[in-house]
Amino acid sequence: MEREALQARISAINPEITFEEGGEMLNVYVEPKDCRDLLQTLHNMDDLAFDYMFCLTCVDWKTHLTMVYHLESTTHRHIAVIKSKLDRTNPEIDTMCDIWRTAELLEREVFELFGVRFINHPDLRNLLLTDDWEGYPLRKDYEDPINMIKL
Amino acid sequence: MELNNQNPSQEAFPGDVHPSATGGIVVTKLDDVINWARSNSLWPLVFGTSCCAIEMMSTASAKYDWSRFGFEVARASPRQADVIIIAGTIVNKMAPVLKRLYDQMADPKYVIAMGACATSGGPFFYNTYSVVKGADHVIPVDVYVAGCPPRPEALMHALISLQTKIKAGGRPEKMVIEHFYDKPEK
Repeated sequence: MEREALQARISAINPEITFEEGGEMLNVYVEPKDCRDLLQTLHNMDDLAFDYMFCLTCVDWKTHLTMVYHLESTTHRHIAVIKSKLDRTNPEIDTMCDIWRTAELLEREVFELFGVRFINHPDLRNLLLTDDWEGYPLRKDYEDPINMIKL
Repeated sequence: MELNNQNPSQEAFPGDVHPSATGGIVVTKLDDVINWARSNSLWPLVFGTSCCAIEMMSTASAKYDWSRFGFEVARASPRQADVIIIAGTIVNKMAPVLKRLYDQMADPKYVIAMGACATSGGPFFYNTYSVVKGADHVIPVDVYVAGCPPRPEALMHALISLQTKIKAGGRPEKMVIEHFYDKPEK
């Protein structure tokens, strides 16, 4: 599907969805509470068929966190980027790991590095960091007086 | 470029051969012979933690071919290796592994810190929670190589410098490191 057609098709799913102009790929903003429903729909509908999640990450904007899901369809070869703004003090969002299995490890990584809690995740524990790690290293206000030299 | 035979590290053999009717007699010092033998057969350990490893592999492969200088076969086991080239970033999780690999190597053993990360943490010196600021916080280093990553020529220079260091046998006056570029004539 072309970009304009894809935008029209996705906005028909949920009227509250907003789009960001510019950018290489179609950027879709959705509320965290509607995020899982939207992604489930994107995955299941035959004309959309986003069967491949090639990136799941998070961005710390200091005022809020943004979850970013990069999706592609291997049959239609179209790409969409789904973004969802989270509250920085209590960030939580539904897990996507039953839709795309790859999300299980990626969500664990976002959990340990940004502190986002994924609701209904089957095994939410640290992936790369040690189990007793304190703090979330990829947050902009992270402090580590022992290992980190601030510039 | 003219070949420079003044470099003590490029001596053919550390000693004098006195011909006699039945063959010859070699007069030398055992320490020098041992160091000469060691320096010309340094087996590196297969150890690369990031992009410097690509340059290290290039140095080992046909175009640069470090075998010419005696860095023959890279060993996958630290127990068979003489020199470890720290080719890449050492993170806090990797540090105990590096220490363990070093401890498992048989004496005499040598360490080359290849590139900015292994030397000082390099681009990860500031604002990073996970990177060791120089491999010499973990194990002693013989030769440091600048670069990010260093070119194969730089690594070869480091390897030849290590040979010079071994042949010098702890005598600083013998540690003359030759540079690859031509010296300006006076």
